[in-house]
Amino acid sequence: MARTILPFGPQHPVLPEPLHLKLVVEDEIVLEAVPALGYVHRGLEKLCEVRDVNQMIQVVERVCGICSCLHAVCYCQGIEALLSLDVPPRAKYLRVIWGELHRMHSHLLWLGLFADAFGFESLFMQCWKVRERIMDIMEATCGNRVVVSVNVIGGVRRDLSPEQCSWILEQLAIAEKDVKRLQSTLLTDYTVCKRTKGKGVLTGEQAYQLGAAGPTLRGSGVAQDARQENYAAYGGLEFAPVTEPDGDSYARSAVRFRETLQSIDLVRQAIARMPGGEIAVTTKARPQGEVTMRVEQPRGELFYYIKADGTKNLDRVRIRTPTFANIPPLLAMLPGIELADVPVVVLSIDPCISCTER
Amino acid sequence: MDASPITAQGLVALAKEKFAAGYRLLTLSCVDLGEAGLDILYHYDKNLHLENYRLTVPRGETVPSISGVYFAALLVENEIRDQFGVCFDGIVLDFGGTLYLEDEVRTSPFCKFSVSQTKPSEG
Repeated sequence: MARTILPFGPQHPVLPEPLHLKLVVEDEIVLEAVPALGYVHRGLEKLCEVRDVNQMIQVVERVCGICSCLHAVCYCQGIEALLSLDVPPRAKYLRVIWGELHRMHSHLLWLGLFADAFGFESLFMQCWKVRERIMDIMEATCGNRVVVSVNVIGGVRRDLSPEQCSWILEQLAIAEKDVKRLQSTLLTDYTVCKRTKGKGVLTGEQAYQLGAAGPTLRGSGVAQDARQENYAAYGGLEFAPVTEPDGDSYARSAVRFRETLQSIDLVRQAIARMPGGEIAVTTKARPQGEVTMRVEQPRGELFYYIKADGTKNLDRVRIRTPTFANIPPLLAMLPGIELADVPVVVLSIDPCISCTER
Repeated sequence: MDASPITAQGLVALAKEKFAAGYRLLTLSCVDLGEAGLDILYHYDKNLHLENYRLTVPRGETVPSISGVYFAALLVENEIRDQFGVCFDGIVLDFGGTLYLEDEVRTSPFCKFSVSQTKPSEG
């Protein structure tokens, strides 16, 4: 069969994101993949020139709904660094709690979509059923299910009462039981293994050199996680990056599954160790200077560069999201695989085009 | 934030040096300085240790691409081309200003002011 160029996306039955790939195929084997972006670009970074420093929190939270809390944490930490603002310890722990809840719901959402991509619809529904409990926790503690809007410059806007903490721990115990019940299916089922093992292999060296982030990097055996920088309250918690050695789609899904359980543990630790006191400090000062900041999103390392000139507006906010970092590694994963495996391999990096085209 | 100054001539040599030393390219950031030109910041990372390098270029000047050393640079260099109109010489996959933008767009939307670009065929 002669070489053919197949357009894949931006609308595709098993891809929830508007990513377009030009696939060069021969005998249904992918030889080359070229990405085409720009279908949903919103120019949010440019908004920093017309929205003031505080209003930008709402803007960055809308770069991506699923990761909204972590975007706000990264941005607020950057501004706090420019202002030399000391955030109260309790606020740092609260940021960890809501951040890890975000990681759980993102991973459960993805695990469901991943199962759906290879036709395992009952597994998809089971994952999303567990996710609903996490969404209920966020709704009960923040008033919103997805964009929780709890972060402000100097801390957080909501606190957790002892009763709420007890209730969260009860809900997490049920969620943990439900997640563990899915473990044998997600990690040992014949269909799951057949469609994911050995598909889209990325070696540790490739992942590192191509700038992969998050579970895509750790699924190739590289133990790097931005939480090791001990931002927020991570310095007071015990955890180690979750890694898998094989670098295939299965390894990336296994990392996300294990990270879901790790997040439950981190929330428990944060609730147990959270000190009392204030949840925010206020300031009328305006930021000046340059700063870089990074946090670990569910999809990987999120990086912000912020430049401020002492006015109410910022000079520049540059956001490098994990999906943007994971597209070059994806281009290295696709050559050599069968056309039928393309949706599964593309989904294995957890693509978020909303983030990529911020 | 510390950022060491770097010249356009030294960019690729620096990238090769960082690559050999085991650094990964985190990303590039572009900042419009108005009439002074543009700052392009190169962020390299090794074991969560970040090193930043600053290249200041006049508007309209071509910058050597480092995508031949760090393949991951291709997307961000194309993004900067789209948003700020900076041309990179030798990108491994050059979208020619159409990564995000349509063919007919002639301005750089992230610039405070920009020079309208024309295709060679348009004179």
